[in-house]
Amino acid sequence: METKSMQGISYRRDLCDFCGTCVAVCPHDAIELSENDLQITEKCTQCMNCVYICPVRALEGSDE
Amino acid sequence: MNKKYDIVVVGAGPAGSTAARFAAQSGASVLLLEKDREIGIPVRCAEGVGEKGLETVVKIKPHWIAQEVSGVTLVSPSEDRVDIESNEMGYVLNRKIFDYELAQMAATAGANVLTRAYVHGLLFQNGKAGGVRLQHLDSELEVEASIVIGADGIESRVGRWAGLKTKTSMKDMETCAQVTASHIDVDGRYCQFYFSNEKYPGGYLWIFPKGNGLANVGLGISGEYSKHKSPLACLQDFLDARFPHASILTTVAGGVPCSPTLEQIVGDGLMLVGDAAHQANPVSGGGITSGMIAAKIAGQVAGAAIAEGNVSKKRLTEYVNLWNKAEGNKHKVFYKLKKFVYNLSDEELDNAARILLDMPKEKRTLVNIFKSALIKHPSLIVDIIKAFA
Repeated sequence: METKSMQGISYRRDLCDFCGTCVAVCPHDAIELSENDLQITEKCTQCMNCVYICPVRALEGSDE
Repeated sequence: MNKKYDIVVVGAGPAGSTAARFAAQSGASVLLLEKDREIGIPVRCAEGVGEKGLETVVKIKPHWIAQEVSGVTLVSPSEDRVDIESNEMGYVLNRKIFDYELAQMAATAGANVLTRAYVHGLLFQNGKAGGVRLQHLDSELEVEASIVIGADGIESRVGRWAGLKTKTSMKDMETCAQVTASHIDVDGRYCQFYFSNEKYPGGYLWIFPKGNGLANVGLGISGEYSKHKSPLACLQDFLDARFPHASILTTVAGGVPCSPTLEQIVGDGLMLVGDAAHQANPVSGGGITSGMIAAKIAGQVAGAAIAEGNVSKKRLTEYVNLWNKAEGNKHKVFYKLKKFVYNLSDEELDNAARILLDMPKEKRTLVNIFKSALIKHPSLIVDIIKAFA
């Protein structure tokens, strides 16, 4: 299992489908998604839109 | 590849390739960029289209079609099944082949195509979009262009970089999961839609047959409700219960913006098409044909604007006007309809299904469904009649 934590959100690359749905609902353009990785930048306000929208639950609030 | 083009199109899905094809046909120099290594993969799509709309943009080739369908089956929460014959032929496509050949058609029309080209920013000239920055393999490149067409899907970052509001609200984002699986024993003549406010809130589950027991089985739920259970988990439950012997050949996930078209889809030297512009049908989420209709218009307007030497927002607004006339205005009505349909309780959905089952099959048309379902909402009927009159 490959997990990395950014801005209080943990990301599982092995679950991620790189679909970009998180990017589309991020109100602050805080997510950078390439073809094989995802970064959450300091623009993040932890609104959790990305966590709740992710169709495969690759993103989770770290404290949940 | 050159460093300067009249038009750069970002994203080689059906909308991007179509915009590139029509722009190149008009004589403009066109570069079509795709971030993935192969055009057409992965297929984040249920692959259903109607014949009439698609024929207006491209001559349909038999080998693009996995299965012909003659109508839809609506399945109510308590599993009443209502077959409705369509007034046109429907197809479930093989989008891997379809997308690939649409890009090939753009190339044949004169566009340059480049895969593994990851666009990560815009170039600006005098405050307007003037090209793109991209990574291709291990090199950083800058390509100048008079017009940038963003066909970059739901992320719609090209528009964001240019200052357009392209964010999707949680309630309008359908979050979806789908498998392509074998041993899905269904009637190949119909695309099936399962509705239940409890199981699939703000969305539906679909089974689109692809022939020989193969089918796309997927579901989407509104982002307003996806906090508690993911679409992938919901889909797994359905498959375990209904098709325990299914072999899953592909699993994909993704989102569909189901709203009216974005307020702004053009800027100086900038146009958005397809999911990047929120051009899918807000009720069904179907976006192949509508995105391609928009892209044809966008490609033609872009080509004409280049020929005239005027790529201002004002000039490019012709695309917005033609799109609204073709489909955009209808989508505003569909959006009202979506809010109505997805607010129905499971009991109301069951009642609607029973009313339909009491109708003779030849009278079961989508228009009649709306009529019977909308008796309580006369103002919506007026909107629908206006949109289709």
